[in-house]
Amino acid sequence: MTFMQKTLGGVAALAIGATACLAEPALMYDLGGKFDKSFNEAAYNGAKRWAEETGNSYREIEVTAEAQRVQFATRLAEAGFNPVVVLGFQNAATLEEVAPKYPDTSFVLVDMVVDLPNVRSVIFQEHEGSYLVGMLAAMATESDTVGFIGGMDVPLIRHFGCGYAQGAKAVNPDITVIANMTGTTPAAWNDPVKGGELTKAQISQGADVIYAAAGGTGVGVLQAAADADVLSIGVDSNQNHLHPGQVLTSMIKRVDNAVFNAFSDGAGLETGIVSMGLPDDGVGYALDEHNAPLVSAKMKAAVDEAREKIIAGEIQVVSYYENDSCPAHDF
Amino acid sequence: MTVLPKWADAILIPLLSILISFVISGLVILYLGLNPFEALRLMVTGALGSSYGWGYTLFYTTNFIFTGLCAAIAFHARLFNIGGEGQATLGGLGVALVCLAVPWPHWTLALPAALIGGALFGAAWAFIPAWLQARRGSHIVITTIMFNYIAAALMVYLLVEILKPEGSMDPATRRFGPGAELPLFSDIFGLVGIPFSSSAPANISFFIALLACLLFWLLVWRTRLGYEIRAYGHSETAADYAGISPARMIIIAMIVSGALAGCMAINSVMATERLVLNSVEGAGFIGLAVALMGRSHPVGVILAALLFGFLYQGGGELALWANIPRELIILIQGLVILFTGALDNMVRMPLERIFLMIRRPGKQGA
Repeated sequence: MTFMQKTLGGVAALAIGATACLAEPALMYDLGGKFDKSFNEAAYNGAKRWAEETGNSYREIEVTAEAQRVQFATRLAEAGFNPVVVLGFQNAATLEEVAPKYPDTSFVLVDMVVDLPNVRSVIFQEHEGSYLVGMLAAMATESDTVGFIGGMDVPLIRHFGCGYAQGAKAVNPDITVIANMTGTTPAAWNDPVKGGELTKAQISQGADVIYAAAGGTGVGVLQAAADADVLSIGVDSNQNHLHPGQVLTSMIKRVDNAVFNAFSDGAGLETGIVSMGLPDDGVGYALDEHNAPLVSAKMKAAVDEAREKIIAGEIQVVSYYENDSCPAHDF
Repeated sequence: MTVLPKWADAILIPLLSILISFVISGLVILYLGLNPFEALRLMVTGALGSSYGWGYTLFYTTNFIFTGLCAAIAFHARLFNIGGEGQATLGGLGVALVCLAVPWPHWTLALPAALIGGALFGAAWAFIPAWLQARRGSHIVITTIMFNYIAAALMVYLLVEILKPEGSMDPATRRFGPGAELPLFSDIFGLVGIPFSSSAPANISFFIALLACLLFWLLVWRTRLGYEIRAYGHSETAADYAGISPARMIIIAMIVSGALAGCMAINSVMATERLVLNSVEGAGFIGLAVALMGRSHPVGVILAALLFGFLYQGGGELALWANIPRELIILIQGLVILFTGALDNMVRMPLERIFLMIRRPGKQGA
């Protein structure tokens, strides 16, 4: 035991000593897992890109339950990693607790704002990106019915769905938007089977374009949609390649850029709120060789015009957060 | 009759089961191209090599002692209470409501109140399936499993719609306030001059869990009620014949069981100073394994809870430092549960044969 204590102490001392000159950054994935092909994987891609470009290494850990967040964030800060990037809105409370204890460590929070001197908060205008894919969905549908499948039923996901419904109704005010949530527990972020079942249910109600904003669950949504030969829309990462020709587009949220920038800025990075939206391509829709046949020039023109108008302030996309309700859909 | 001496049943079989599960886990780690001994070293240093590690290990142990006792009391009445998870969830709600209701002046007042709140809510949640079993014959395994889901859904509704502070997105309550802060190990050991990491959440609840073990032992083996519960567990018809009401035993055993699960919340909720979703973290299910492995005896429960506390904390450290996928940690925990719980006879039967072989020549000689 004493030997182990010494070893561990030595390791800790080394790690702390190393922070002064050469601190490794660390990344904490949230529930859903590193390879969810969506939110967390986008962060992983950003970290990987940084490691490949700079040749440096980073440390990563996956949270498997809510109660672990504080433990793992503390552990990373305690071990001297800097900056520490944490993902997901639910980590706001984590950082409120951990960040003040480690004033010399820079923290980055993706998806939520925490007002602390050593925290950078990166938020995305997801409702604007969702608005654009909602427009595409409304233009692609032949049944005038589009679907939305969310992960866990929380305001963040309603925020996605609300933008989507507004976009769809901007194209066709009479369109039917069906929205379902996968679940009420965090398991809903990683339940592809249930995602597939919900997809089939929505298809039977007439939906022929279905948008999945559900983390790892979305894989099941895209699969079921492809099996039934209807279109789907991916989220966070570009998921067009998962089923080429059957994924209409993906609502891209550049979590990878948020992580890449944080890692590049390194320890002592500039803190405060960083908002990523349409102007800086923080959110947007994906167009590549896999979905090029699905998006006609007319559709693209309409969406690009709407994008410009949103940036210019001519189109106001209402955020669900403004008064916890949505003008275009009743969740 | 029993072939094995008591010590072999209580110690040898669990130890052999753990050994087998560790060997298989080691082989899997080897197959993944990692060094199993290095992995074990990381787990041991991470969980037991520092006061920080101990602080987390004992924090988890506290949870598992409560849920282990919850499953154990039900086992004594031959009831399979799979609802520890839901009962602990509701216990968390009880604790949170108590902590939020009053601006507590000091933890010495807040703790007993929270304990009662948690126990009441846990017991109430266990009472419904118990009543259904006792009066309607609805099988307790099925109803308690379903009540776990109801508890999870109820918690989401309450946290998202009611308890969440205005303007917050995170489905969690506000902080309980300084008056409800429990003394951590660093505070307690600091009184006698022993330094302990202040980042670790182990707190006074650990000692309450130990006290609960003592009370459990007194209840089960030293009171009339405990005797009745065990009698009912051994034979319902015999107990009925002896004038023990089966319905009463089911309901009482389940209420005690649920209350014990609910008490876990003083550690998992009160010590973390706010109620989050999924604060139980599967401890309700681990409790079943703890009770099976601990032979439904408080001492066994403490030891088994310590083992699982070690696996939880060591597993987290392993995931951090060795970049081992989290699924592997679950695999190791699953193997331990499989061998200690489900495959008990696989170790027991050969062991019995060995003991018989040793004993037989001796008997013939006498």
